[in-house]
Amino acid sequence: MNVTIVDYNSGNISSVINSFSEVANEKVNIEVTSDLNKIKSSDKIVLPGQGSFKSCVDALNNINGLVDTLNEFVINDKKPLLGICVGLQMFADVGYEETETKGLGWISGKVLKIDNQDGKYKLPHIGWNQINIVKDSKIFKNIENNSHMYFVHSYEFVPEDKNVVSATTEYSSNIVCSVEKENIFGTQFHPEKSDKTGLKIIDNFINL
Amino acid sequence: MLKNRIIPCLDVKNGRVVKGINFVDLKDAGDPVEQAKIYSDGGADEICFLDITASNENRETIYDVVKKTSKKCFVPLTVGGGVRTVEDINKLLNCGADKVSINTAAVQNPEVVVESSKKFGSQCIVVAIDAKKNGDNWEIFTHGGRNNTGTDAIEFAKKMEDTGAGELLVTSMDRDGTQVGYDIELMAKISSKVNIPVIASGGVGNLDHLVDGIKLGNASAVLAASIFHYGKHSVKEAKEYLDLKGIPVRI
Repeated sequence: MNVTIVDYNSGNISSVINSFSEVANEKVNIEVTSDLNKIKSSDKIVLPGQGSFKSCVDALNNINGLVDTLNEFVINDKKPLLGICVGLQMFADVGYEETETKGLGWISGKVLKIDNQDGKYKLPHIGWNQINIVKDSKIFKNIENNSHMYFVHSYEFVPEDKNVVSATTEYSSNIVCSVEKENIFGTQFHPEKSDKTGLKIIDNFINL
Repeated sequence: MLKNRIIPCLDVKNGRVVKGINFVDLKDAGDPVEQAKIYSDGGADEICFLDITASNENRETIYDVVKKTSKKCFVPLTVGGGVRTVEDINKLLNCGADKVSINTAAVQNPEVVVESSKKFGSQCIVVAIDAKKNGDNWEIFTHGGRNNTGTDAIEFAKKMEDTGAGELLVTSMDRDGTQVGYDIELMAKISSKVNIPVIASGGVGNLDHLVDGIKLGNASAVLAASIFHYGKHSVKEAKEYLDLKGIPVRI
């Protein structure tokens, strides 16, 4: 099986690569590339994302044909994709970090700044927070409710259809921290930095 | 609920741990990779490497250490010490560091913070503030605490937030190495002034000091080196103690 981590200059992806390589057994080939043909022919895709919503969308658009290839993979071929952090946020129609920016539009919704309640909550939301699993998700197999995950973000995904939400975390409000819509999976937290429970989520995705 | 973080820090010189944990089962006490792994297995919320390599020709050793550690430890890894340029940051991130802490360069050339936070995102830019009390104020020191810049630490902290820092690592030069506890007043002042997380550092001698750093200093995270070295306290013990004192920690 081929799992491709999309390398589109979205910031630091070495931790994502290390964690997938750690989990993958000999039957799984982890590819890190922006090569469109390799992406097309892979079985699963990981879409990481660091930095701002705008910088990640710009970076996707900078690679000719990449967005079309991702759309084909996800929408037409319905093959599994895991978005991490801004990778998940880009599922939205629109994001407001830096400036209003169009997202991939796979899951209707917006990406808004977390309400810090007049400085009561520090931003970025950095550190270990517990997740409240609200829906059975395939990537949460054998993951206990209230497990700790590592977060680093200042913006949150607010989907229109709450049925896509698979977990939330409490910080200022109930922030959406994981979504599942058919073949589309996403985590706002970083499974690659969330120790053994995070690696288990990666393992679940690889074994979908 | 967001948990307060405990961050053990390892001083690394020429690719070797200078002080370290002295466990009997440790094959190589000077190996930073092995020590980091012990910390992460013990429940450390993050790992911090401070590279204190003095000579430029040995500078490369830290990259190798980071590369190996990031393949073994799956908690965030912060690396600082001698970071001067955006390219230094890029290199450390590519080796597997999740955050890079910038000290002297942030004071001398704040443009590095602006540029790097734009390029890599604020989430991986930690500005390390070394401050020493002078009368009623605190002043910023650079070059590992050797040079007094005369810059006001509280104002500088605010400026770094505006410049793009994602977190501040605040070390009291008066307390560093003394084991008498954090400079609580300094931590509390900076923490109330900025809206980004503050990591308290410098002076931890016992577990109560960690409690004070969070409860009184309002720090989001506490960094300590020597209390975790030589097995005085394990990270697990520290977390259990904080939990007992009503501080939210990941256990």
